[in-house]
Amino acid sequence: MVNITINNKKISANAGSTILEAAKQNGILIPSLCYMEGVHEFGSCRICSVEVVGAKTLMAACITEIKEGMVVHTHSAKVIKARKVLYELLLSDHLRECLSCNRNQNCELQKLGDTLGIEENRFETTSWRNALDVSVSITRDMSKCILCRRCVTVCNNVQGVGILNAQNRGFDTVISPAMDLPIGTVKCAFCGQCTVVCPVGALKETDSTVQVWNAINDPDTRVVIQAAPAVRVALGEMFGYPAGTSVTGKMAAAMRALGVDDVFDTDWAADLTIMEEGTEFLHRVMDALAGKPAVLPMITSCSPGWIKYVESYYPEQIPNLSSCKSPHMMLGALAKSYYAESKGLDPKKMFVVSVMPCTAKKFECTREEMMNDGMYNVDAVITTRELGAMIKQAGIDFKNLPEEKFDDPMGYSTGAADIFGLTGGVMEAALRTVYAIIMGKNLPFDNLHVTPIVGLDKVKDATIKLEGVLPQYKQFEGLEVKVAVTSGLSGAKQLMEQIKEGKSPYHFIEVMGCPGGCITGGGQPRSDDVDVRKKRMAILYTEDEVKHLRQSHENPSISKFYEEWGSPCCHKSHEYLHTHYIDRSK
Amino acid sequence: MNEIQSSNCCSDCGNDQLEQIANVIDLYQAKPSNLIQILHASQQIYGYLPLDVQEFIAQKMNISVSEVSGVVTFYSFFSTKPRGEHTILVCMGTACYVRGGKKLVEGLQKILGINLGETTQDGKFTLEIARCIGACGLAPAMMIDKVVYKSVNPNKLESILSKY
Repeated sequence: MVNITINNKKISANAGSTILEAAKQNGILIPSLCYMEGVHEFGSCRICSVEVVGAKTLMAACITEIKEGMVVHTHSAKVIKARKVLYELLLSDHLRECLSCNRNQNCELQKLGDTLGIEENRFETTSWRNALDVSVSITRDMSKCILCRRCVTVCNNVQGVGILNAQNRGFDTVISPAMDLPIGTVKCAFCGQCTVVCPVGALKETDSTVQVWNAINDPDTRVVIQAAPAVRVALGEMFGYPAGTSVTGKMAAAMRALGVDDVFDTDWAADLTIMEEGTEFLHRVMDALAGKPAVLPMITSCSPGWIKYVESYYPEQIPNLSSCKSPHMMLGALAKSYYAESKGLDPKKMFVVSVMPCTAKKFECTREEMMNDGMYNVDAVITTRELGAMIKQAGIDFKNLPEEKFDDPMGYSTGAADIFGLTGGVMEAALRTVYAIIMGKNLPFDNLHVTPIVGLDKVKDATIKLEGVLPQYKQFEGLEVKVAVTSGLSGAKQLMEQIKEGKSPYHFIEVMGCPGGCITGGGQPRSDDVDVRKKRMAILYTEDEVKHLRQSHENPSISKFYEEWGSPCCHKSHEYLHTHYIDRSK
Repeated sequence: MNEIQSSNCCSDCGNDQLEQIANVIDLYQAKPSNLIQILHASQQIYGYLPLDVQEFIAQKMNISVSEVSGVVTFYSFFSTKPRGEHTILVCMGTACYVRGGKKLVEGLQKILGINLGETTQDGKFTLEIARCIGACGLAPAMMIDKVVYKSVNPNKLESILSKY
């Protein structure tokens, strides 16, 4: 422990703590802006400046380590004056159209102004950066950028992609892709993690709510909506619930209250994905065991940011990707075929909306490969944040909504589908089903959780030995199935380099483009709770555990679907539920 | 390298120039901390640093293009546009400025028909200014490449340029 004095109060804190941390632990809140625990600890905005007795200048509390005997003043007149000037300088070229900004009342700069008691703005200039860069997924409005560089850190250090960096110098500095190129033209995966960390309205998802409202308001259009597993454990945060609250029933009710015609669940399609992807995996391994050409490891394909990353940086590994469309795309394709036929609906008059924790899915739904019968499988993707905004716009009292269920025939799901939203979940769901098919019994793990691949480690792996297989799968006897799981693109890079070098020991790899998986995807509500990943993860596991059925192949509505449709990986499945990928490295 | 050769590289994008740049990168062991020196040498080899060349360098060094372009656009010495055969640098330091440096710039702009930072259509001259070239005793001064011209006045400009 280190003894220091903050604001004339003697305190002790762990060695290695910063002034900011030590102060916080002792009930002293130092205002900060760019600081983000565990992500961005860089001292770029200087708002957390404090007076350290003996130091020549004010020190940034977020990066200054405490030392024995240190005397700190966090709110002296000198510090308060400096902070106000710093804040006013940040405002000086910030486009202050707060009342019509997407981040109004949800803006860290706005909140900081309140904390600091700012009532004047002496350095007013007009914002010179008026370049609005709109791609299908992400919108950059640099007139609002305050150059805090959180997005730079998350893009370069956390995701390891490096699309955003500071360009030019001094007053001309702008955070952008190389040579100020539009973000839609570079090899950005559209993971959207930059939009989650942006403290102001400079980086956000490209709006799709107008398009969805238009569809809802058109009496001739049948609007089908679906929501991904991760949405239900985060949406509540937009309505005052603490992180780690599940609002599945209220979410279904709220979507219906928006005025859509069908409320389906992407979870249903997640169970379907397991049937398709599990079958594809079995075929690949069987081919390999029979000495036929087969590309292994097979890698999951549910995360469109990850897919675009492979297409851009590892095109030679495209054959490793599962050919399965992502679950919401499967549901969209079936809504306009299987469901439309059964109901006698004109698919051309249908509009499929996917509520996703993801910004990359906005890009995914515009891919030409995601079309069947001349129609896009999904017409619009809105993020969890956009759904929250729509619910507010519609005057729906979310907290007091009675819980409702999803609609049949694409509403019922097993617990395996819920965990699609977290790192390790797709793999665990696949293993539950593949193991049961080959062995005729359940996965030998407590509560069906494949413990080695549970948690937030960057790269996790597990080996499952198949002993005592069913007679029809005797070629699998004794096989040690090796699987790996990663979330975040920097972990994916490690596993891809291993494959490239021919050293990958794995049969099956799950990749989710965002750290932690979809629960903390680029389209999820921004949270100031540092444990948000753990909390959303825990509640999603609970969603799985409380369900009556927890293995995808047990889902009766999936069985019924295949009775009418065919079988997993049949010709029709390939046409509607599988896809192909494009080399985007050039 | 293959990526550059097959992409829509500018017509004068010589493969041997890229090979030379690759050698420079090897010489500096592709260390990110050597990026500025590598860019320096690359600009000498290639003349300027267009996006294609930046992409080539980024790929060879295993860093992102936005990081390379961040450095290129930070330093005014690096140019992303083709430069003229000769660079005219008019000194705008205090001494040269008060003795008519600005008139030299205006004169050159008129004669060459270009603005500051631009290159003549025939690719001969690039016109730039400097804050101080350290020749205050010779004010107003200008440089063409490495040659310093002292006590220049607008009337002398035509004859100076005619030497090139």
